[in-house]
Amino acid sequence: MDWNAFAEFSLIGLLSGGLLALVALGFVLIYKGTRVVNFAMGEFMMLGAYGVYTAHVMWGLPLVLAIPIALAGVAGAALLVERFVLRPLAGQPVISVLMATIGLGAVMHGGIDAVWGGQNLEMPQILPRKPLMLGDIMIPGTALWSFVLALAVIAALTLYFRYSRTGVAMRAAASDPITAYALGIDVRRTQQLTWVFAGCVGAVAGVIVASMSSLSPAIGGVALGVLAVIILGGLDSIAGAIIAGLIIGWLESVCVGYFGGKARDVVPYAVVLAILMLRPYGLLGSRDIERL
Amino acid sequence: MRIGDFRASYRHDEALFATPVQRLWFALFVLGLLLFPWLGGSYLTYLACLTGIHVVAATGLNIITGYAGLISLGHAAFMGVGCYMMAALASLGVPFWLALPAAGAASAAVGVFVGLPSLRIKGLYLAVATLAAQFLLGFVFREWDAGTGGVRGVNVPAASLGGIVLSDDARIYYLIMACAVALALAARNLFRTRIGRAFIAIRDKDISAEVLGIDLFRTKLLAFAIGSFYAGVAGALMGYFFRAITPEHFGLALSIFYLAAIIVGGLGTLLGTVLGAAFMTLVPEALRGGVALLSAWWPNAMALLSPVREMVFGALIIAFLVYEPHGLVEAWRRVRRFFHLWPFKT
Repeated sequence: MDWNAFAEFSLIGLLSGGLLALVALGFVLIYKGTRVVNFAMGEFMMLGAYGVYTAHVMWGLPLVLAIPIALAGVAGAALLVERFVLRPLAGQPVISVLMATIGLGAVMHGGIDAVWGGQNLEMPQILPRKPLMLGDIMIPGTALWSFVLALAVIAALTLYFRYSRTGVAMRAAASDPITAYALGIDVRRTQQLTWVFAGCVGAVAGVIVASMSSLSPAIGGVALGVLAVIILGGLDSIAGAIIAGLIIGWLESVCVGYFGGKARDVVPYAVVLAILMLRPYGLLGSRDIERL
Repeated sequence: MRIGDFRASYRHDEALFATPVQRLWFALFVLGLLLFPWLGGSYLTYLACLTGIHVVAATGLNIITGYAGLISLGHAAFMGVGCYMMAALASLGVPFWLALPAAGAASAAVGVFVGLPSLRIKGLYLAVATLAAQFLLGFVFREWDAGTGGVRGVNVPAASLGGIVLSDDARIYYLIMACAVALALAARNLFRTRIGRAFIAIRDKDISAEVLGIDLFRTKLLAFAIGSFYAGVAGALMGYFFRAITPEHFGLALSIFYLAAIIVGGLGTLLGTVLGAAFMTLVPEALRGGVALLSAWWPNAMALLSPVREMVFGALIIAFLVYEPHGLVEAWRRVRRFFHLWPFKT
């Protein structure tokens, strides 16, 4: 066994896990806040990436301006979605909400396809390319910096939820909406904010993915693979999402390294099935207790 | 105005169609189906075949999801299993009346296996588990060259019955419609039996159902088996209809299409399944026609067809969920109620 190669696969995998954790955070935020698994997450990623592309490349604005504009656009879209799709469906059975987010994904995907077309667009380099050498191991610069960026976003959000007044209100509303409402927290507004945050997290992830490869509607597909991460971590645990992101990233990279690129199509889903059979609530998720 | 539904005997109560009028309508419907290829022309016959296949598959999904309450995002993969099974048997010269049930049985076996996690998980988690199964089976379809022909797919010899080769749409139409009507009637009967009622009890509250003496594990697996049997038959019919099958036919998009069809039609109703499957098959065609008309004035319209179709598909799902959660069947009931109460309620 070649330990150098193994270490390289492992490191790259762990670094790519940061990005997975970021997308997973988008899922977990919405699930914690509103009990919805947002199957349109990939489309939010696309929207963010296409937004930055439009502002930066087509309008020629600098990145410092282009990224906030794109995030504002995604936040607006998230608000519309929350108001006109998910809020009318509050309290509906799981399948209705699930299909609503899938339908939403189709609408957004079709809309993006109609506006920007389905071809590959060249996204400008946002992250530094310069590789980092650790002895014999070469780590691509994009992988390293995407990890750092993802961790920074996750850390910032965690601090926000921990220390800011709104963040604490959001946590309260997520853990018990009725009590939170009785204590004067505007639960509707926190749910809107949840969607805005999750949309922006997805958008940042989309920009990173697009700048690492190229921009096409295919980047939304990353989100489906992230289902493995949120199931492993537990649907409602941010810490679980981070740990599981690293685990799945590592596993995927090692499997791809040893069995070839096709492993990417199998590993996440095999992991999902295994976890659901053995430990359905994931590593850190809360168990559901049901009453008659 | 109809004032009531009086059932005087057990025979009457058990009848599949309660009133002579219903029987008459059904007979007219079957007659219409029989004459359709002569009256409709080749394009409409093609659409009718497609609708028939979708009705069979959507009925299966409605048994799993609409009646038993087990969300499945892997229905297209079950169809794929049936289709490849049929292709393998047909290449050995097995006639269709053996290959169709065999395809259904193969799908049912896979369905039971995929349904195994449903004992421990439900709702969203089950949706994700079946989604994973969809992707894993799709991977098998693409990579198992010996069994499925890989990404190039397989060719299926035409079905034949007593020397008549069912090679064109007008002939295969009768096979598809016979299967669709027979399987829909079978499903209607299923929900008058203990098993069917047990599915509904599990959907409404599984713990209560268990308290009432329903074996949850067996019944849930049975729901998956029956639903996937329908999917397998539908997949085999699709194979006979298209004659050349690639793994792309059985992707996640098709699974979502069937979920959309039963939601648009009405979860847990058979009429809804038929209406929903027909509606979701015909809307894209209507869109294509509309865009073709539009392209007379606006030459680029054709390029927008596929994104617009996707947006309309998604918008239909959302609109039905928000404004008509019980589906087309509820709209149909409203129309009927209007006529039943006509002169008195305006």
